[in-house]
Formats: sequence, structure tokens, C-alpha cells
Amino acid sequence: MSAPAPTAAPPPATRRVSRALLATRMPSAATAALLVVAVTASALMQHNFFTPYGLTSNFATILPVATIAVAQTIVVLAGGIDLSIGTIVTLSSVVAVQLMDGDPGRVPLALAAGLATGAACGLLNGLVVAVLRLQPIVATFASSYVFGGLALLVLPTPGGTVPAEITGGYRQVIALLLPVPAVLLLVLWLAWRLLRAHRIGQYLYAVGGNAGASYASAVPVARVRVFSYTAGGTVAALAGIALLANSGSGDPFIGNELTLGSIAALVIGGTRLSGGAGGAGGAILGAIVLTLIQNLVFFAGVPTNARELVNGAIIIVAIALAGLLTARGGTSDGGRGRS
Amino acid sequence: MSTVERPRAAEQGDNAPGRATGVLRRLARDPIVVSGVAALVLWGVAALVSPAFASWSQIVTLLVLASFLGVIAIGQTLVVIAGGEGIDLSVGATATLAAIVASRHMDGSNEGFVGAVALALGAAAVVGALNATGILVFRVPPLVMTLGMISVVYGFIRLYTGGRPAGSAAPALRSLVGGDTVAGIPGVLWLWLGLSVLVIWLLRRTSYGWRLYAVGGNPTTAYLSGVNPRLVKASAYVLSSLFAGVGGLLLLGYTQTVFLRLADPYMLPSVAATVVGGTALIGGIGGYLGTIIGAILLTVLDSFLRVLQVGGGGDAPRQIIYGLVLLVVLSAYGRQKRLRQ
Repeated sequence: MSAPAPTAAPPPATRRVSRALLATRMPSAATAALLVVAVTASALMQHNFFTPYGLTSNFATILPVATIAVAQTIVVLAGGIDLSIGTIVTLSSVVAVQLMDGDPGRVPLALAAGLATGAACGLLNGLVVAVLRLQPIVATFASSYVFGGLALLVLPTPGGTVPAEITGGYRQVIALLLPVPAVLLLVLWLAWRLLRAHRIGQYLYAVGGNAGASYASAVPVARVRVFSYTAGGTVAALAGIALLANSGSGDPFIGNELTLGSIAALVIGGTRLSGGAGGAGGAILGAIVLTLIQNLVFFAGVPTNARELVNGAIIIVAIALAGLLTARGGTSDGGRGRS
Repeated sequence: MSTVERPRAAEQGDNAPGRATGVLRRLARDPIVVSGVAALVLWGVAALVSPAFASWSQIVTLLVLASFLGVIAIGQTLVVIAGGEGIDLSVGATATLAAIVASRHMDGSNEGFVGAVALALGAAAVVGALNATGILVFRVPPLVMTLGMISVVYGFIRLYTGGRPAGSAAPALRSLVGGDTVAGIPGVLWLWLGLSVLVIWLLRRTSYGWRLYAVGGNPTTAYLSGVNPRLVKASAYVLSSLFAGVGGLLLLGYTQTVFLRLADPYMLPSVAATVVGGTALIGGIGGYLGTIIGAILLTVLDSFLRVLQVGGGGDAPRQIIYGLVLLVVLSAYGRQKRLRQ
């Protein structure tokens, strides 16, 4: 209706599809290079990397990290940031695990409640940022206390059991080499492509790129911001459920440390922190790179006490590399978001 | 916003009530006043609920607790004022690093006190220099760089201590924080006062302070006026780590022994204290006086909620209320501009 695209007539469907496919490229040369290096090194050091077992265990760890990174990306693209995303993951996972309580029959209800919790948390953040107009960094920092505290109320100590059907299914391999977590990751990416193609997806980029101009172009800026936080919260809840499926029980601190990783992953994936450029595909690749690096430090036989330092240093170097190589792209990078 | 308000206030200048409401309205928008009033109200309510809160010794204890956050937030304020999405999330880790290095070299005696302090602050300055390099040379966004720095610093601490921090605070440091020295007020508060005067003077009365505001407000015009924005920003990050180091040393004097995540709880509260005190995250606006009030407000709130023991003394309700009150205080004035203007 009032789409901001100034083109005269909509192109035919076939061309639209092909253009959408072409737009699906590597977020940046740096991300691609990092991914190739990380995968090659992993294949060399983990001799079982390309076996069904190796792939399953790697993707089982990657999926939650990548899902949180996607959630953060949706928020960041629209010009916000969500420091409470780790506690949203925790809160929705403890709500889900308390409700399912090891009973397979209650799984649908528990999953729905978990997702609703994530959406509600995101909605609260969105309202605070878009309607009260608080600065996103401090507002979501404050709400992280609220969500973290609520998680402790719901599940004071680690516990709760996830039905074996879920934990077992999570580690299944389809068609010889395709682990279930990898399929879920693909589904997540496809869902993102759908959102990206929808008007709201375009609005996310518009608002993040220039809120004032979007407002002048009749984009409902406040509603788009609320939507981005709500969608981010819902996706974060998915990450919480993936964590449950991976670990098999609940923990009131399970996701709190993951906020930082989500931001690192999306920056490595080429998303601009100030919003308006980037995408969830990059965040997924960034999360894969991050997780593989952590595994590599483990497999390379670095002494336990030095592991955290090496890990942190590698991540910073990776981010700096990604930043340097992306910055060289300059202006073309800024326009990418608006296709 | 204020440019629109001012003429209207001038029109009403003839009648006294109009002027009074104008003053009131301006006061109600002043972050320092709002935070100060909020802190006083909270303290008053706390004193009504638990009379011990009003005692002199309790007030001194509150201020001592606030001084750690206040000193750590000095650097945070400088970095935020310097702009460019400036933020230093590594202050907690840096403070812990300084405390751990110092405690190992003090090892419970006054010998080598100066050396230990110098070494601790040196280590902190290295963190600041690394932050500045990453942000200004490699163009990593400050939020990400300082976030990444947290794991590097904690990784280094783990390597340095082997997972078990050793040593304890020197008696001199302990008496600075714990002992009564001048006029019934612990030395740490005098130190905080001294540092506050120094920082406020630095920001308001020196050319360095004006450069900091200029760079934060608009780096391009600052550059065209002969200021080197990169140098100014780099100095802000190094100063931030140095003050975080000082805060870590004071914390060491308070706790006397160190543990691995000693100053972690000060990371985001230092940002919150800065913002609650009216320093805007967009840069170029604010000052340290507001941060002092913000640090006191957050400390009073935290202590009050601990005293109340809502919900049977568990950690959860306290956390929830802390977050909600923070949101309410922020929404009193920490709001961004409306789009339609």
C-alpha cells in the first residue's frame, strides 16, 4: 500500500524470487573468510567433525547461540539493542520446564507458554523503548533485572526435567548426515527470509537506518520498534527451548551469559550495531564461527587456565577483522539493507 | 525542547506564579534534582521502615558503599561524554584486575604498598589502552570492544592467579576504607570528595574538559576547531580504566581479600549511575555531579531493598523491584526526543 519503494510497477513474481535469491549473499567477505578458516581448522583438529556424531554435537551447541544472535539481530536492525535478551532466554526456558515437568503430554502447553513469556518480555521492552522513549541500553539493562528476578521466582534452583522425547529428538540425525538442530537452523533462516521479504521486514531496515526519514515516509516507527522487540523476545524464547532440549533440565541462570555472545555473533556476521544494515543470515554464520572457535580452543590443547584468555583474544581479533574488512566496503554497505 | 519553552516562560514572567511554575518545571526536568529527590525520598521511606537507616553510622556506611560505584563511574562518565556511542563495559573486569594484582603484591603488609598500587593501576591502564586501540584504530564499536575485553581480562586474571587469587589488602588500604580518620568520616569518602572535585574541575574549568564535550557533541566541528578527536577519546578510555582500577583498589580495602568476580556487579550499574545522573548516552551532555547522585541513589535503593527483605529475603523480588524502580527513575527524564519535532 504505502511501501517506501519508489519503483513504478511491481516486477513479476519470477523476477522477484530470483532477486530475493541473489540478495542472499554472504554478509561480508570477512564473515565468509572467518567461516572457512574456522570450519577448516575444526575439520583438521576434530577428526570426527564430518561424522554424523560430530555434526550433531556441534550443531546442538550452535543452535541456541545462533537463535539468540538472530533475536538480537532483529532488535538491532531496527535501531535498538536488547541487553536483557539472555534473561528472556532464561525466563522462558524455566517457565517451559516448570510446566512440562517431564510429562510429554504437557509439552505443547509448556512450549506455548514459553513462547508467550518471551513475547511478553519483548513487548514490555518494546513499549518501554518506543513509547516511554528510554535509551535502549539502559532500559533493557533495567528490565534484565526484572526478568532475571522473575526467572529465580519461577525456578529458584536448577532442576526440572525435559521429556526424553525432546532431548532424544534434538540429537537425531535425518538422512545420514543432517542433524535435527541443523534443520531447525535452516527453518529459522527461512523464517527470517520470509520476514525480510514482508513489508515489516523492510520497515525494520528503514527505521534502523533513519528513524526520522521513516517517520516522514509514513512508516509506523513506534509500532515497528515494538514489533522488533516482541519478535526478538519470541525468537529468544525459541533459543531457551533449544537450550532445554540440549541440556535436558532447567537452570535459572542458563541464558544470562549469552547476551554478550549474541552481540559478538551479529557483529562478526556483518550487522551494523547502529541499525539498518545486516541480516540474520550473517548472525547465524557469526554464531557458527564463535562456537567453532570455542571448540577449537578446547581441542587445540590450550591449558585450562589460559583457555578463557585465548578465547576472548580470538573473538576480539575476529571482530576487529570483520570490522576492518567491512569498513573498506564503505558506502555500499550502507545501502545493502534497503535492497 | 528548551528553545521552544523559553519564550513562553518569558511571557509569563510578569506574574510571579507563572515564573514559579516555570522554575518548578525546569527543576522537574533537571536530572540531578530528580535523582537527588528520588534518593532522599527513598532514604526517608527506608528510615521510616527501619529507623536504623537514619543513624549517622548507617549513612556513612551507605556513602562508603556508594563511593566504590561512584569512583568506578567517573571513567564511565568521561567515556560517555566523549561520545561516538562511547561506553566502557569493561570497568568491572578492570577493577577486579587491579584489586587482584594489588592484593597479590601487598600480601597483607604495608611494604611495597606504593609498588603494588602502581602495578595495579598500570595493569588497568593497559586495558584502557587496548580498548582505545580497538575502538579508534580497528573501529570496533565501543560496546562490542569493551564487552570482548571483559572475557580477555577475566581470561588474563585466570591465567595470572591460576584460578585462586592470593594475598590480601595492605593495612594502610584497609584503614583508608574502614578506619575513622578525619572528623568521623572514613578516608575513602574524603578521597571520593577529592576525586569528585578534581573531575568536576577537569570537566568544567580545563581545556581538556571542553575538548571532551566538544568531541562528544560533534567530532567534526571539534576536529575543524583544532581538537584531535581520536586523542581525546583515547584518553577518555585510558582514564576510565584508571579510575576503574582506583575503584577496584578501594573495593579491595573494603573486602580485604579478593575473589574472581569481585567488581562484576559494578559493570552495568556504573552505566546506570551515569545515565540516571543525566549524562546522555549520545555524548556531549552531562557531568560528574549527576553521576555522584546517581551512584548514591542506586546504592540507597539496593540497601533499602536488602533491608526490606521482600518476599522472605530471597534475591528474586529484590532484583525485580530494583529493575522496576530503575525504569521509573529513568522515565522521569532519561527520555529521547519525540520524532515529530
